Amino acid sequence: MDEQYKTTVEAQQAPVIEPGYTFGTVTEKISAIVLTRPASNGWFLGFGIAFMMTMMMLYAIGYLFLKGVGIWGVTIPIGWGFAIINFVWWIGIGHAGTLISAILLLLRQSWRNSINRFAEAMTLFAVACAGIFPAIHVGRPWLAYWLFPYPNTMRVWPQFRSPLMWDVFAVSTYATISALFWFIGLVPDLATLRDRATHPAARLIYGALSLGWRGSARHWHRYETAYLLLAGLATPLVLSVHTVVSFDFAVGIVPGWHTTIFPPYFVAGAIYSGFAMVLMLAIPIRKIYGLEDFITELHLQNAAKVMLATGLIVAYGYGIEAFMGWYSGDRYDAFTLWNRLHGPYAIPYWALLICNIFIPQVLWIRKLRTSPIALFFVSGVILVGMWLERFIIVVVSLHRDFLTSSWGMYYPTRWDWMTYIGTIGMFLAAMFLFLRLLPAISIFEMRTLLPEAEVKAE
Amino acid sequence: MKRDLIYGIMAEFASAQALVDAAKRTHEAGYQKIDAYSPFPIEGLAEEIGFHRDEVPLVVLIGGIVGGLTGYLMQYWMSAVDYPLNIGGKPPHSWPAFIVITFEMTILFAGVSAVLGMLALNGLPMPYHPVFNVPRFALASKDRFFLIVFSSDPKFNPAGTRGFLESLAPRSISEVPS
Repeated sequence: MDEQYKTTVEAQQAPVIEPGYTFGTVTEKISAIVLTRPASNGWFLGFGIAFMMTMMMLYAIGYLFLKGVGIWGVTIPIGWGFAIINFVWWIGIGHAGTLISAILLLLRQSWRNSINRFAEAMTLFAVACAGIFPAIHVGRPWLAYWLFPYPNTMRVWPQFRSPLMWDVFAVSTYATISALFWFIGLVPDLATLRDRATHPAARLIYGALSLGWRGSARHWHRYETAYLLLAGLATPLVLSVHTVVSFDFAVGIVPGWHTTIFPPYFVAGAIYSGFAMVLMLAIPIRKIYGLEDFITELHLQNAAKVMLATGLIVAYGYGIEAFMGWYSGDRYDAFTLWNRLHGPYAIPYWALLICNIFIPQVLWIRKLRTSPIALFFVSGVILVGMWLERFIIVVVSLHRDFLTSSWGMYYPTRWDWMTYIGTIGMFLAAMFLFLRLLPAISIFEMRTLLPEAEVKAE
Repeated sequence: MKRDLIYGIMAEFASAQALVDAAKRTHEAGYQKIDAYSPFPIEGLAEEIGFHRDEVPLVVLIGGIVGGLTGYLMQYWMSAVDYPLNIGGKPPHSWPAFIVITFEMTILFAGVSAVLGMLALNGLPMPYHPVFNVPRFALASKDRFFLIVFSSDPKFNPAGTRGFLESLAPRSISEVPS
């Protein structure tokens, strides 16, 4: 029965890679995007807009350095504002890349091979965007290096009992390991580009970056061991990073923050928004660069299913938050719940429920899970929803806590918006460059998916 | 020392299966110093050419242990020995609070050791290598599979080894100058 069942299931599913490809054509198709395909007007337009947005961000940050955080909307009691909202949003987006590259590798989900490269690039750029915010939020950003334990003339050390300090270590470790994982994955493909490039400068640059990789069996063996171990290390790391981010809130005593549901619910939310970003990137990329044979319906479906599952975990998190607001008997917690539903920020809260819980339920419908346009739209909604979630967590809890005398409102200024939208530009600009300069799909891992890669023992 | 002018003799194959079979037969024929090149990792190929000791896991283990100890001892020494600070009445050596950074440092050191250890054991980066002198070797990163017998092998002799490799039905055979 098993055999028959298996073939029926396989026949219904879209393949990981469309049939008819060989080692040569896979290599050709992916490397041509970098090596021979001329940059289109669309690329220049897209990159140009993203670049100008990056410039806007630099302008906003430059003005911030000149004037100080007073140009932002942050005031007491809401001292965290956009900087922390955006930090958590971006770092969460990055998590899907690590999930795809590391966790799915350990689980032997070979469909990850066609999306892991650009998902990892996405992680790296998202972490870069995330890293900007705490650094410029510290007030005197030129002294941000004080966060690191280095011998100094003041003879003091960082305060290791603070979750903010844990965050410094978690995020910088995450950025380092993600960059290493990405680069190591690129080395064999850089060797392919080195061997196929015709321009001497391209040969030189790809040659230097490929570290002289020649595909020796001994090298591959150690390479695969190291890659697998890195995946094994990145898996608990990625879970720890968003857990530590949630500690920034949960260790505090502010109503709405001080709860044990935060770590798992933050991790699920991170993967939720990350997969939404993966789809928002993958759908246009596969269309524009004609990669539908490599990023198939199967990938879109699987990503949609992951979003559906993590979205339900997030919904459970909201449910438990509401339940505990009532069940704890703590009047401040109960008030926080009431304030979310009926307070001055009720509209964003209801919008968050609609974006994160109600609209994504359409993914139960198979037809919509396989429709790129529908998925693109739902992913956009989820990204907005997850941003609103962080807005609610940061702002609504802070603006009305224990004493009515210290209540307040938060109004983001144009500088807040310029910085936030600017980081989206920086993220996109980096993605545009990545697509043109490096293979967006892992070539050597795609080769292993082909039937001719199979070797039978004698 | 005419022998040293040749780095080895290289045979080209069209499929992964052909390379694995050829590597097996070459190793069984008594050749020790051989290597195989492929555009993607092939399971079991390294074992066929006599590679059995992969030290990467050990390097990673040592890196992880060093990282964990560094992380914990750093926090202990800074918070409890060098400059004890009273934070909210917690003891200077408040170990539960030190776990997160200990964990992160373990991962950081282990991950960096995995990468650097793998590169060091592989002898990379190495921009120049004699095998790159064979023009067709550029295909080793695309769709061709290569097997080389190094001239340093005790059984190596230019004519005999070439004859043996020809018996494996390769696509082509080239001499690799050193």
